[in-house]
Amino acid sequence: MKKQMSNYTFTLLNENTNCTLQELSDLCSQSSKLILEMIDEGMIVPAGSSPRQWRFGLKEIHRVQTAQRLIRDLEVNLAGAALALDLLEELEELRRQVSGKG
Amino acid sequence: MEYKDYYQTLGIVRDAPQDEIKRAYRKLARKFHPDVNKAPDAEKKFKEVGEAYEVLSDPEKRAAYDKFGNNWQSGQDFQPPPDWDAGFEFSGTGSGGAKQADFSDFFSQLFGSGQFQQNRTGSFSNKGEDHHARIIITLTEAWHGTKKTFTLTKPEINDQGQLINRHHAITVTIPKGMTEGQKIRLQGQGMPGLGGAAHGDLYLEISLEKNPFFRADKRNIHLTLPVTPWEAALGATVECPTLNGTVKLNIPAGSQSDRKLRLKGRGLCSASHNGDQIVTLQIVIPEAKTDKEKEVYRNMAEVMPMDPRQSLKRITK
Repeated sequence: MKKQMSNYTFTLLNENTNCTLQELSDLCSQSSKLILEMIDEGMIVPAGSSPRQWRFGLKEIHRVQTAQRLIRDLEVNLAGAALALDLLEELEELRRQVSGKG
Repeated sequence: MEYKDYYQTLGIVRDAPQDEIKRAYRKLARKFHPDVNKAPDAEKKFKEVGEAYEVLSDPEKRAAYDKFGNNWQSGQDFQPPPDWDAGFEFSGTGSGGAKQADFSDFFSQLFGSGQFQQNRTGSFSNKGEDHHARIIITLTEAWHGTKKTFTLTKPEINDQGQLINRHHAITVTIPKGMTEGQKIRLQGQGMPGLGGAAHGDLYLEISLEKNPFFRADKRNIHLTLPVTPWEAALGATVECPTLNGTVKLNIPAGSQSDRKLRLKGRGLCSASHNGDQIVTLQIVIPEAKTDKEKEVYRNMAEVMPMDPRQSLKRITK
């Protein structure tokens, strides 16, 4: 869903975000090889049964981009990035619960 | 130009061996990485640490930097002596040019030109890096949608092939009903590409400001609504605030504290998805001060005796 905003072309990434493997790999300037490895590692789970039907949402885009940065900046490997992502999400969820009670 | 004490940034002494520099850097990089650390100044610290490591991890740059001596304090006004970098050979390793655009003036002045400048020409081309920024909006702004103007620092490559920072204002329309963590991707507003390749993109991530009364959980908005015992017991229609004005809310007779009532479509609604407002009742007991007021409670005890701890009795039996 592309739109024009004054001089800028923008896309909203929300619940409607639904991209193909090729679109995800373009969006993250990443070869589909790494994305396939991330799927293998269980870091992202596409909707749809076969690679042709795969669709990725906001959460998957966020995970691929965050993993990319962690791998580049902290020189962790894929499994390390996967662990960090899981722990970060758990931390966020716990923070959310605490702030809801407070 | 302010002097940067790179040793202080990494928390190490000036004669620290290379492996200690690496250890100190790795530890601080993990601590301040903006994906890991959500503090507002984490990204700035992460970049400072990266800049310090860029210089101190490279024996040539470190030797050149050390030439200034140790009489300088961080933040002190500093001008490098002319031809200070003469006699140093630079092998051209190190991180990509795009990353260096985030470094300080101090760094660019010393290592961004002359002997230390990286060769940017050649057939190599690569799409520019994406930029990520968090934008904080209020719940009311999220409910209605809003327009916000930001000043972005966008690095550009000038005619001399140097990276320079240009500031420009950008007005972003945030449509109604965006929720925490959702993003707006502005195409081509990231870092410039190398070798004429496309610019990266700018991602703006929505962050919702804390509100003393309302709390967002994805699209649902939570509010705790205080009610009197008689409103809860007998039922009532009361005024209830929402992010878009006050509505009438029916409290069913016989409601207890913590009962949740749903106001459909009163949460964060986008063009395609709706959210509700969830109202949690909180019964507030009036204080009995006068004899007459106390009499009302005594009457209640007599007319409608109850044991609210019935369910707890099973524990001790």
